[in-house]
Amino acid sequence: MRPLLPATLLLSTLAAAPALANKVFVSNERGNSVSVLDSDTWEVIAEFPAGNRPRGIVVSPDGSALYVCASDDDTVRVFDTETYEELRTLPSGPDPELFVMHPSGNPLFIANEDDNLVTVVDVQSRQILAEIPVGVEPEGMAISPDARFIVNTSETTNMAHFIDTTDYKIVHNILVDQRPRYAEFSPDGRKLYVSAEIGGTVSVIDMTGPAPVLADTIRFDVPGVLSEWLQPVGMRVTRDNAHLFVALGPANRVARIDPATDAVTDYLMVGQRVWQLALTPDEKFLITTNGNSNDVTIIDVDRMQPIKSVQVGEQPWGVAVAPD
Amino acid sequence: MPAFFKPVALAAAVLMAFAAHARALEIRIAVLRADAPSVSGLPISRLDLPPPDLGFAGAQLGYEDNQTTGAFLGQTYLLTTRTVAPQDAAASLQALIADGYDKVVALAPHDSLLALSDAAGDAALLLNALAPDDDLRSGACRANILHVAPSRAMRADGLIQYLIWKQWRRVVLISGSHPEDRALADSYRAALAKFQARIVSELEFEDTGGARRTDTGFAQVQRQIPQFTQKLRDHDVIVAADEADVFAAYLPYRTWQPRPVTGSAGLRPVTFHPAHEAWGATQFQTRFEDLTGRRVREEDYQVWLALRVIGEAVTRTGSADPEALRRYALSDAFSVGGFKGQKLTFRPWNGQLRQPILLSDGHLTVSVSPQPGFLHQRSPLDTLGLDRPESRCTAFEPN
Repeated sequence: MRPLLPATLLLSTLAAAPALANKVFVSNERGNSVSVLDSDTWEVIAEFPAGNRPRGIVVSPDGSALYVCASDDDTVRVFDTETYEELRTLPSGPDPELFVMHPSGNPLFIANEDDNLVTVVDVQSRQILAEIPVGVEPEGMAISPDARFIVNTSETTNMAHFIDTTDYKIVHNILVDQRPRYAEFSPDGRKLYVSAEIGGTVSVIDMTGPAPVLADTIRFDVPGVLSEWLQPVGMRVTRDNAHLFVALGPANRVARIDPATDAVTDYLMVGQRVWQLALTPDEKFLITTNGNSNDVTIIDVDRMQPIKSVQVGEQPWGVAVAPD
Repeated sequence: MPAFFKPVALAAAVLMAFAAHARALEIRIAVLRADAPSVSGLPISRLDLPPPDLGFAGAQLGYEDNQTTGAFLGQTYLLTTRTVAPQDAAASLQALIADGYDKVVALAPHDSLLALSDAAGDAALLLNALAPDDDLRSGACRANILHVAPSRAMRADGLIQYLIWKQWRRVVLISGSHPEDRALADSYRAALAKFQARIVSELEFEDTGGARRTDTGFAQVQRQIPQFTQKLRDHDVIVAADEADVFAAYLPYRTWQPRPVTGSAGLRPVTFHPAHEAWGATQFQTRFEDLTGRRVREEDYQVWLALRVIGEAVTRTGSADPEALRRYALSDAFSVGGFKGQKLTFRPWNGQLRQPILLSDGHLTVSVSPQPGFLHQRSPLDTLGLDRPESRCTAFEPN
């Protein structure tokens, strides 16, 4: 028996190789559902109801739970990533739109657009741990890789607020351009990117000094596209810090930026009104939600080109990929 | 104290410590409403009765939005509001300036606004949140007035672009007999010529006075309007120019031929309305309704936007000086968000805020102009209203 064991192991490893496919969850804002795609075949394998106006979406670090901001239900719904059954709901404060999860999987930091608050919720005890007053219309949420800061962007105040995770107090505010929608740290935590939808820019904030400092502003220019439609929204940075991707909303393009120089190197055509982005765990593929064409575009990161678009539910908004 | 004040107060408390190292700045803004007696008395529909806090409610929300930002920057906003008779407007402005209120949002008709401009001189910056007159953006423009309210031409162009998009090119223009109706009709004629639609007939509805409402008024109207519109040549659509609110609301469903009504009734070009939800406007609506207990009116939105223009300029310049704010607002660096899906900026040649125009049927946003396909070398927004070559304004930067 004994010599067989390694062979069995080997076999199972081999068998597992093609099965490294990940589930991709897409929240459909108008369809009130979540579409599930297989990252190997890029086919839709399920669609399930997710409450009213699902937007922000995130998978727990262990891959077991899917958290969805059901904006019109004023709640966060938690689903089993295998059965798609609703496990529980979490108090979220009114009109939750975007949230970010602590790298440990708990707590959840939620932006409440209607109440000028960031709500901190313990996902186990389902208790609200803190409510932090921020600027008008809080939206984007990010957490620094060392989990020291949460960053919230407020759309009418036009600021990034830096909240200390130990006492939930605002310790810094940085002015950015009009209507900041999304915030994303570089993997090394040295930079914070904030996209400004109406301003049409991405602010690059240097995090290496004693206080965050606005270091650079990335602008976009696509021949034949009115500058008004270049509206940066969702962003992702690859772990190796080689690429920053920025969704440009009604410009129907994703920009690729070289994080070393902050220079835009590529504009990739995707579906209409591209909103949020997610990378597969191996970072070979970038998935974009296209709200007005009801599809997602798959971009091959190595070839730096879109390879496929897949119809999902009505008005896809957010996207999250289950870990390996 | 209502609940909505709490976040502001809390934020202010939390941020005391950080405010300390920022430069303390006080920003005094006044809203001056010079109510002219209505031409026609009461509105046709009681739904349009003006609330007592018309415009001021928008000011309160703009103040709170500005103050939330100010709390993070060590800036304190002060807001005061005044309602005066048109002939007292200038004296009231001088008193406000003496109290340090040198950024003044005006809800004042044409002549009062010009009187305010004379009284302000270099001592204050005026933001026009009401007067739609095109000459204020052209030959009669003033360097100390920025126009947040759109002109009649901007609204007219916004509507007519949609009619062209719909291929409703044969137009009947029905205008009222008051001077502002005639000015509005002129704007529609210009827009129809500019976008190549055709006026097949024109009618004037003469205001003969009399009580606006009687208990059985509908019975007469039902007979009068078909007769009034009976002789019209074949047309696709009616455009009504009735700024005085005398007749347009009676047109829909009552015309001789079944045709859509637009302009002052039916499909109306507006700056904002309470059903508008796109581009984050829902948050504005809920903030406004929580604060005031009523739905937003155009005047409220325009005053809110005027306060946000000031707030944005203060935030970016760190100054409360009216001339510094004016210079920044007119520069390429300035932009402000207004829940219209794109940045709003000023035309440097006449101080007019560029803005999309919503087309509302009173129940929903039907469309937003500029319409697709109407192009401009600078900005599609400059297809609405007086473009640089058309404006005879010389008070601003050299053209």
